[in-house]
Parts: sequence; structure tokens; C-alpha cells
Amino acid sequence: MEPVIAIAIGVLTGSGVWLVLRPRTFQVIVGLSLISYAVNLFIFSMGRLKVGAPTFTGSAGANALADPVPQALVLTAIVISFAMTALLLVVTIASRGLTGSDHVDGREDGL
Amino acid sequence: MSWIQHLILAPILLPMVVAGLMLVIDGRSGRTTAALGVFSTFALLFIAIVLLVQASAGGAQSAVLVYQIGNWPSRLGIVLALDRLSAMMLALTALLATAAMVFSLARWHKAGSFFHPLFQVLLVGLNGAFLTGDLFNLFVFFEIMLAASYGLALHGSGHARVKAGLHYIAVNLVASSAFLIGVSLIYGATGSLNMADIASRIGDLDAHGAMLFRVGAAVLGVAFLVKAAIWPLGFWLPTTYAAAGPPVAAMFAIMTKVGVYAILRLGLLFTPDGQGNVLAASGLLLAGGLITIIYGMLGMLASQAMARLAGFSVLTSSGTLLAVMGAGNANVFSATLYYLVSSTLAIAAFFLLIELAERGRARADDVLAVTLEAYGIVYDEDSEDSREAGAAVPAILAILGIAFMACALLLSGLPPLSGFIAKFAMLDALLDQARNGPAPGSAWAAWLLVATLVVSGLATLIAMMRAGIRTFWPSFEREAPRVSMIELGPVLVLLALCVGLTIQAGPAMRFVRHTTEQLAERKLYMDAVLKKPVVTPQDSAANGPALPAGARAPVPPPPKKEAAR
Repeated sequence: MEPVIAIAIGVLTGSGVWLVLRPRTFQVIVGLSLISYAVNLFIFSMGRLKVGAPTFTGSAGANALADPVPQALVLTAIVISFAMTALLLVVTIASRGLTGSDHVDGREDGL
Repeated sequence: MSWIQHLILAPILLPMVVAGLMLVIDGRSGRTTAALGVFSTFALLFIAIVLLVQASAGGAQSAVLVYQIGNWPSRLGIVLALDRLSAMMLALTALLATAAMVFSLARWHKAGSFFHPLFQVLLVGLNGAFLTGDLFNLFVFFEIMLAASYGLALHGSGHARVKAGLHYIAVNLVASSAFLIGVSLIYGATGSLNMADIASRIGDLDAHGAMLFRVGAAVLGVAFLVKAAIWPLGFWLPTTYAAAGPPVAAMFAIMTKVGVYAILRLGLLFTPDGQGNVLAASGLLLAGGLITIIYGMLGMLASQAMARLAGFSVLTSSGTLLAVMGAGNANVFSATLYYLVSSTLAIAAFFLLIELAERGRARADDVLAVTLEAYGIVYDEDSEDSREAGAAVPAILAILGIAFMACALLLSGLPPLSGFIAKFAMLDALLDQARNGPAPGSAWAAWLLVATLVVSGLATLIAMMRAGIRTFWPSFEREAPRVSMIELGPVLVLLALCVGLTIQAGPAMRFVRHTTEQLAERKLYMDAVLKKPVVTPQDSAANGPALPAGARAPVPPPPKKEAAR
């Protein structure tokens, strides 16, 4: 399972970074979203990967439990990144309205 | 527990409640909202001063005050910790907030919607970041601070602000991702998010865990260095700060210092004695800081607009702090803290002053007109004039000129104001290190830094003089700007504080020296947090210290962190 998660995080981050470096605002937003997905998966993986383990109850001892803290962290991180993406979207639309261009610098390269 | 112990919570709770109230009673810059905002900032100033007195009681041996939210034991719950450094930063924030708030009342808070609630939320984030003793909570408070700052940076709208805001938000979102990766790596390695607890576990890590921890700390360091705008991670700063409205830019003057604070706090806490900063290697800090100073210096010389000049002066100040932190020993550290306070106050005053000084000129008016137009607000010329007419200050150009001169002296570090004392203290400590330093490498670094600091002071002076001559000695007759007392007052108060820092330099230096001594004793902070007993109503002694030392990593703590949302 670890290689799958690792590859997933790597692919998401790689695509995200590439998109963030693109000149269009929409690409930047999608890139940032991909990076935040990668980060969320990464936080999960830091609680060690376990399948079907309970978070609280169970008599098997502490090592058989899934770590609940990263799950709580992911929840918080999702909420925050979601809100920030929405905010960035609004700013992008404002920028599009004010400049008439969806380039991140507000003007096309040639001008 | 007496009320004074609960007061630690107030710098976070008060602005949060006030911001909520403002939204309930319609936060669009009504009279009530403004009154609430003023009340909140002044109350915060009072609270911050009380906390500062509390935290510095006992001179060199002052204790770290710890507050366990919800009365959970320190290892499980979220703690707030107040030591001299956080108290100092809280007081500095409150001072800037009061000045910016009063200044904004003249006109800027009406340049767009929801200025006051956003301002209060910014204060929640700043105060929380300075107080929290929990790594993930630090992230949450950073995000609260940044979310509010995005709104404030865009306050007033307009082309320049939206463009700069877009870059600012994108860069900071990427930095936040790095922050999260760093936090989770550290959690993965140590199994804790409590800063003191992490610090106590570093020694027990195996080779694999230690490596993970170091990587996490380094990633975290990158996130903080973006906030502190080190070269090459700081290109977003001058444009954003120059585009932001003056009261907002004045508040932003402390936001780069949050990054510096975090590097200082976590770096000292997470690094076992006698090793370099684990968040950012000292060589890296020194080199990055030096280049930041030079970049800021060149930027200042190249700037045409005063607001841009001020933006680059933030870079120089931030670079100075980082470079000196990278080069220095304990003596240098305390001088750095003094410089931090002095330069933050001076830059904030400068940002406020720029708007007043340029008001008579066409540019500032243009910006404002465009702003209002873009926002669909019809600018009521008459009422504005009649409101300001009664309070307009006479001989305004002379006063503004003197204030500008004071800013120039403070920023370039010339006598007789506190900028000079700060720079002199830093140079003295660095030269001392160069002479008696343990290794030839550190002496070389100290000499390089001394030279850069002196040259950057000269460059700042040249840039400031040129801007001053252009603004105050124009070849054509200029109309004196109309400035009301509530706009001029905050500038003068901030500058008077710098004068106060100069006159009371002895006590201030003593304070920062004790602060660095307290910071260097990482055991003090760890013990204060980890050995703090929970309070039981019947019998506070029975419960004893929070947890026995044996109950560590394997037991996952309850998902208390959800409360952080």
C-alpha cells in the first residue's frame, strides 16, 4: 500500500507544481488544489497506514489502533484549503473583470 | 485560578468575539462597528501591557506562564504559553493595531466593506500565533492571519491591489502547503504536536526518526522563510505592501516578523544545545539574509514611489533580522530583538506617513478616486471636507517633514534615534564576535555582515533623502495636504514610541537581554508546559503532574485537535 500512496502523492504534487507555474489563473487554482490534495494524503500517511483499524475502541492494544490525530488534522486542512481556494477564485474573477485577461500578471505576454 | 491567569486567553478571544459581533450588527463600517473596533484594539493594548508586566515579572528569572485550554493535560490538549518574547510581540502587535485602527477611522475604513471585522480577525491570528504552544494550532492561527490579510490587502480593490493580491495569495497558499508537510513530518517522527513535548522527545529519536524530523523542520523553515520574505522567496512582498492601503500596510509590517518569530521560537526550542538552528541552517540564514538586505537596498534605490520604497525597507529590515540571527551568538540576539521592535514601529509609521505626505500630490488622489469608482461608491466631497475641516492641522508640511526625517533616521540607523542604538548594538556584538569568535569562519561572516549593514544604512539614507526632497521641496508650489488630527496622531505616537525606546534604551536593552536568556533556556519553557498540573476543583494537588513519563508515544491522544477548527 505504501508505494501506491507514495506514487499518488508524488503524481499529485508534480502535476500541481507544474500547473502552479503556468501563466493562466485557472491553471494555478487547479494546481493549488492538487497540491492541497497531495498534502492531505501526506498528512494521512504520517499516521502510519493501517487497514480496518479502529481509532478508539478495541482491546488489541495501542499499536493496533489507527492514529486519530492526523485524521483530525486532515479535516482541518481540508476546510482551510477549501476556503482559501474559494477566496482565490473570487480574486481571480475580480482580476479577470478588472484587467480583461486571465493571465496571472493581468496582461498577455506580448503586450 | 485567578482572573489574571485567564487573561492569556483574552488576546485571542476578545477580537474573535468582537469580529463576530460586528458581523451580527452588519459589519459594513457603521458607526457602531467602528466604535467596537476601537474599543477592542484599545482593550487589547491594555491587556497586552498587563501581560507584558506579568511575563517580565521577576527580572532575569521570569517564569513562562502556561494556560491549558479546557483544562486538558499539556500533552493531550492545546496549550497557550506566554513568555517574554511572546509578550513583547503581543504588545508590539497591539501598539501597531491601535495606531492603524485610529488612522483608518479618518477615511480608509470606508474604502471597502468589512474592514473592521477583517482587522479584528487579523489580530486573532497574530495574537494566536504568538501565544500558541501547539504546532498545528500555529498553522491554524497562521491561516486565520493570512485569510484576514488577503481580505485586507484587497481592501479598497482596484487594479494594482487585485494583481498584487493574486500573487500574494498564490505564494502564501503554496507556503501553507509546505507548512502542513513540515508539521505532519514532525508529527510522524515524534508523535506529538505540542512544541514543548516535541522538544523533549527529540533526544530519544532513532536515526530514522531523527532524519524525518530534520526534514520536517527544514520544510517548516522554508514555510516561515516565505513569510519572512527572505531572498529569493520574498519577491511578492514589495508589490503587495505598496499596493495595500496605508493602515493595512502598517499592520503588515509585523507580519514578516511573525515568520522571524516562528523561526526564533521553534528553532531554539527544537535544537539541542550547541547546534545550529534546525529549521534553517545558520549559514543559510546568513547568506539569505545578506542577499535580502542587498536586494532590499537596491530596490529602495530604484524605487520611484514612496510606498514601494517602504515595501523594500521591510525587506531590508527582515533581511537584517535573519542575517544577524544566522551570524550571531546570544549577545547579537538581544540586539536583534531591540532592532525588531524599533524597525517595526518605524516602518509602520512610515507607511502611515506616506499617504499623508503624498496626499497633496496627484498620485494618491488618483488611486483613491479609482478605488472609490471601482467600488461604486460615490465620493461625498462636501461631507468629507466639512468633517475634516474642523480638525485639519496647521503647518502640516513642517510637521510631516519632521516626521519623515525621523523615519529616515530610524530606518537608516543614524543617531540620535532608536534605529541607531539598535544598529550600534548589533554592530558592537558582531565586532565583539569577530574579535573573540571561536572559529575564523564566524569572524569572517561577522565582518561581512557589519559591512553590509553599514552600506545598507547609507543606501537607505540616500533613497529616503531623494524621496523626501521630491516630496517636500518640489520646485512648483504645492497645496498643503489636509490632514486631520486622527491621521497625524498615530504617526506621531509611533515615532514618539521610538523616541521613548531611545531614551529608555537601558531598560529596553535589559528587557531584551533577559528575553534572550529566557529563550536560550529551552528547559524552562519545556518544564513550564509539560509539568503544568491540570486544575481540579476539589483538590488540585491530587492529580499531580499531567502524565507519568511512561505514557508516551504509543497512546494516541484523543482527537482534541478538531477544536482547532
